[in-house]
Amino acid sequence: MIRTSIIFLNVLIIATCGLVYELLAGTLASYVLGDSVTQFSLIIGIYLSAMGVGAWLSGFIEKDLAQKFIEIEIAVAILGGFSAPILFLSFARLSYFHIILYLVVFLIGVLVGLELPLLMRILKDQLDFKDLVSRVLTIDYIGALVASLMFPLFLVPKLGLVRTSLVFGLLNVGIGFWATWTLEPLIKKGLTLLRIKAIIVAILLLIGLIGANKITSLAEDNLFADDIIYSRTSSYQRIVVTKSRAGFQLFLNGNLQFSSADEYRYHEALVHPAMVLFGKPKKVLVLGGGDGLGLREILKSKDVESVTLVDLDPAMTQLAANFPMLVELNDKSISDPRVKVINQDAMIWLEDITEKFDVVIIDFPDPNTFALGKLYSTRFYRLLRKSLNEGGTVAVQCTSPLFARTSYWCIVRTIEAAGFSVKPYQTAVPAFGVWGFALAKVGDFEIPKQAPKNLRFLNDETLVSLFTLSADTSAVAVEINRLDNQILVRYYESEWRRYQ
Amino acid sequence: MKFTRREILTAFLSSPLALSACQNPTPQFPKGEIINTSQELGHKIRDGLKLEPALDNWKNIKIVIVGGGIAGLSAAWRLKKLGFEDFILIELEKTPGGTARSGESKLVSYPWGAHYVPAPMKENVALLELFNEMGILEGEDNQGQPIVAEQYLCRDPEERLFFRGRWYEGLYLYAGASEKDLAEFKAFQKEIDRWVEWQDSKGRRAFTIPMAKVSDDVEVTDLDKISMSTWLKRYNWTSPRLRWLVDYSCRDDYGSSIETTSAWAGIFYFASRMAKPGATAQPLITWPEGNGRLANYLYSQVKDKVRLGLAALEINPIKELEVEITTFDQNTSQAFGFRAEQVIFAAPHFLTNYIIRPYRDNPPKHVEAFQYGAWMVANLFLRDRPSQIRASYPLCWDNVFYESKSLGYVVATHQRGLDYGATIFTYYYPITELDVNVARKKLLSTDWQGWADVALTDISQAHPDIYTLTEQIDIMRWGHAMVRPHPDFIWNKSRFEAAKPFRNIHFAHADLSGVALFEEAFYQGVRVAEEILTSRNLKFKSII
Repeated sequence: MIRTSIIFLNVLIIATCGLVYELLAGTLASYVLGDSVTQFSLIIGIYLSAMGVGAWLSGFIEKDLAQKFIEIEIAVAILGGFSAPILFLSFARLSYFHIILYLVVFLIGVLVGLELPLLMRILKDQLDFKDLVSRVLTIDYIGALVASLMFPLFLVPKLGLVRTSLVFGLLNVGIGFWATWTLEPLIKKGLTLLRIKAIIVAILLLIGLIGANKITSLAEDNLFADDIIYSRTSSYQRIVVTKSRAGFQLFLNGNLQFSSADEYRYHEALVHPAMVLFGKPKKVLVLGGGDGLGLREILKSKDVESVTLVDLDPAMTQLAANFPMLVELNDKSISDPRVKVINQDAMIWLEDITEKFDVVIIDFPDPNTFALGKLYSTRFYRLLRKSLNEGGTVAVQCTSPLFARTSYWCIVRTIEAAGFSVKPYQTAVPAFGVWGFALAKVGDFEIPKQAPKNLRFLNDETLVSLFTLSADTSAVAVEINRLDNQILVRYYESEWRRYQ
Repeated sequence: MKFTRREILTAFLSSPLALSACQNPTPQFPKGEIINTSQELGHKIRDGLKLEPALDNWKNIKIVIVGGGIAGLSAAWRLKKLGFEDFILIELEKTPGGTARSGESKLVSYPWGAHYVPAPMKENVALLELFNEMGILEGEDNQGQPIVAEQYLCRDPEERLFFRGRWYEGLYLYAGASEKDLAEFKAFQKEIDRWVEWQDSKGRRAFTIPMAKVSDDVEVTDLDKISMSTWLKRYNWTSPRLRWLVDYSCRDDYGSSIETTSAWAGIFYFASRMAKPGATAQPLITWPEGNGRLANYLYSQVKDKVRLGLAALEINPIKELEVEITTFDQNTSQAFGFRAEQVIFAAPHFLTNYIIRPYRDNPPKHVEAFQYGAWMVANLFLRDRPSQIRASYPLCWDNVFYESKSLGYVVATHQRGLDYGATIFTYYYPITELDVNVARKKLLSTDWQGWADVALTDISQAHPDIYTLTEQIDIMRWGHAMVRPHPDFIWNKSRFEAAKPFRNIHFAHADLSGVALFEEAFYQGVRVAEEILTSRNLKFKSII
C-alpha cells in the first residue's frame, strides 16, 4: 500500500512549481515584449489551454501510470527548470523570441496538465472518489497560493528569475525521484532507469545553477534595484539591462546610462542644440553613444546625409541593433542606411582620420577610469577640432554639474583650452538628476533659440532655458584635464565617492 | 655549465620565490627567442679577427663614423644639417639605434632598451633643436621653458608600485610609512632641492643635462668620491623605503646598485631633472617604442649615409690625414676598406682597445676605467591584460615591484592609448653585481628558457595569470648595456683623457659623459660633429 499523505505533499509541490513556471514566463514576456496586461493574459491563456490539452492527452495513457507520471515529472523539471535561462539567453540574439516563449509555455502547460489526472487515477484505488477529488483539488489550489505569494515576495527579489527557475526544476525532479519510492509498488519495470534519468536531470540543473552565476551573479542581482533581464561581459565592459515598472535601464559597469522612461529628455538635449546651431548639418559624427538613442535624434533631421558612429564596444552596438526593446526605443537607428558603425577607440580613430564633420555628438560614459579620462583631454578636443568642417559644432555630455560640479567645469574649461568657445547647459533627467552638457564651436556664437518641431521635450522656450545654470552649478576654479595629468578622473572620483 | 630552474630563479629573484615556484609544476612556456645580436662576430673581433680587403674594395671618404647608436646617428645628423655630406656611418648590427632600438608588431611598437627622456630645459639648446624638428615641442611658456606637445608626455597614470599583494600609485611607498620614513624622505627631498638651487661662482648648476655644463667645483665633484649608499649614511638616513627608492633610481638609470653608484651620479638622477627647487621633476617624454622613436628619426634623416651590418675590424691612423678602416660586411661576408681623413668613434669606449690599432698594441690606462653593466630585457606579448586586483591602483606606463631585483615592466600600448585587450610588456632586469664580468657571465650563461622563467616568475607575483596571457616572450641580452658611474669615475681624469681626440680619431659616446642617457649620447654626437667641422675650418653656429 502507498502512503497517500506523502502523495498529497507531492501534489502541493507540483502545483507550486507549475504556477511558478507560468509566472516566470509571464514576467519575462512582459519584460522583453512590453505591455504586461497583454503578455500576462496571453501567457495565462496559453498555459491553461495547454493544461487542458494535457488533461485530454492523459486519456490516451492506459498503463504504467506511475512510471509515466514520474517521467512527466522529470520532463517538467528539465523544461521548466531551464525555461528562464533559455529565454534569458535568447533575448538579445533572436528576433523570434516570442515564438520560443509561447512554445515553452505551451509545452510546460501540457506536461503539467498531464500530472493531476494521472495522479488521481493512481490514487483512485486508495480513496473514495469524493475524497480524492476534494483533497487533490484543495491542495492544488493551495499550491497556487503558495507560489503566487512566494514569487513576488521572496523568489524574484532574492533569487532572481534564472535561479528561481532552476531551483524549481530541482524541486520538481526531486519530487519525481522521491516518487520512485512512494510509488514503488506500482512500478513494474525500469525503476533503476527512472532513477538514473532523475539523477542526470538533477545534475544538469545543478550545473545550470552554478552556471547561472555566469549570467548574473547573486551579488549583482542584489546590486540593481530592478530585475536584470540581460547581462554580458564584453571585452570592454559589463553590460546590464534591467527592467522596472517604468521601463528598462541600461548599465555599463554598474553605472546607469539611460532609463527608457526619460531618456528622450537627455538625448534631445544632447543632440538638438548642436544640430540647430550648425543649421543644416549633412555629415554628423557620434562618439560613444552605442545605444543608438542619440542617433535616433540625429536621424530626425532630413538634411543629414551620413552619420558615423564610433563606439569602442561591438557588444554595445550589436545590442542596440538586435535587442528588441532597445531597437524599438532607438527606432532602428543603428540599421539606418545613412549610418556607419565603427567599433574602435574614439581617440585612436580620430588620430588617423582626415574626414571632416559638421556636427559631432559626444556621449561617452562618465570619466571614472583613466581609459575614459583621455577622451575628455585637451589632446582629444584638439584632435576633434581638426575633424570639424568650417562652422562645425560639438555637443559633449559632461556628467552632472550638481553632483560633480568640479568635474563638469573641468570638462568645460578643457574644451575651451583646446580652442573652442563653449556654452555650458543642463537639463533635468529624472533618472539622473540635473545633467550637464557643453555646446562648443570654434569662434564666438550665440545660443540657439529655435528648437526643431515635434520633439517631446524641447520647444523654443525650453531650448533657451537649458543655457541658464543655477547658482549651485555655477563655475568653479579647475585645472585643465591633460593626458599627462588626468586631473578629471581624480576630480570625478572624489566627487562621486561622496554619493556612494 | 647548466643550471637548474631553482638555481636560476634563486640567483635572479629570491630563494623563497624560487622555492615556491619550483614546488609548483613547471608552467607551460610561451614561445619566443633570444634576439640575435652580432655577439659572436664581436668576440671574434675582440680576439683579433683580421681580414684584408681586396684592392678594389677600398674607398676614399672624408669621415667615417663608427657606430650607429644615438651618438653616431646624432653626429651624422649634425654633419648633414651643416651641409657636410662626404661621410659614411658604419654599424655592426643590422638594426640601428644601439640600446635605443625598438621592435615592431602589428599591435604596437615596443622598446628594446631606453624608453624615455625627461622633458629638456631651455638650456639644452641642441636637443631642443632636434625635438623642434621632430614636432615634439609647441613653443615655450612665459619663463622661456619649452612646451612639449601633450601626446608625447607620458600619459597619466604614470607609475605604480607593487607591494605585498597590492599596487600603489607612484614610486615612493607611502602605504604603511612611519613618521620617521616620511621625515627622512622629506629631508632627502630638501637636500636634493638644495642641489637644484646650488650654483657656483660662474653661475653653473651642480647638476644639469647635458652634464658638460655642470660645475666642476670640488663641493660637487667630491660627491663622486663616495657611493650613494655612503652618502645616505652621512645623513643617517636609514629608512628602507627611502633607500629602496634611491637604489631603484640607480638601478633604473645606471644598472648599478646604491653601493656601486657614485653619489654624484645618484644625486644627478634626481637633481638634473628639476628646473627649480621644489618643482616637480620634469615630465617624461615617451613613445610606445621608447627612445626607438628618436633613433628611428635620426636614422631616417641620415639613412643614405648609413651602412648596416658592417663591422669595423680595425682603425689604423697611418698618416696625419689618413686613417685606414677595415671592415667586415655581414651581409656579403666580404671585407671592405675605407681611407678617411677623420674618424668619429661612436661605439662603446671599451671597444677602442680592440679596434684602434695603436690602442691594441699599447692599451692606454684610461680605457680600463670604463665598466659596463649587463642587462636583460624581455618583451612579453600578451593576448589580454592581467586581471585587475581589487582596490588596487590600475595598470600604469611603468609598473615596478618593490620586492624584486628587476625594474618591473613598461606597457607599450599605454602611450598609444590602447586601453583594452592585447598588449606588450617590456620587462627590465639589470644585473647589478659588483663585478661586471661576473654579471656578464650570469647574463650570457642563462638561456632563453632561463630568462623567460625569471621574467614570468617575477611578474607572476603580481599577475598570476601571466603564464596563460603571454603568447610570446622574446629576450635581449645586453652584455655591455651601459657604462656604470661607479665612484671615482665621473670626475676621474680617465674620463677626460678618453674624450680627447687621438690623432685624427674623435670620440663620441654617452660613455664619455659617464651616464648613459639619450641626452648625453646625443650631446656627444653633436659635440664631436662640431669639433670635427671646426678642425676643418668650417664656419657655423654651434648649438652646444
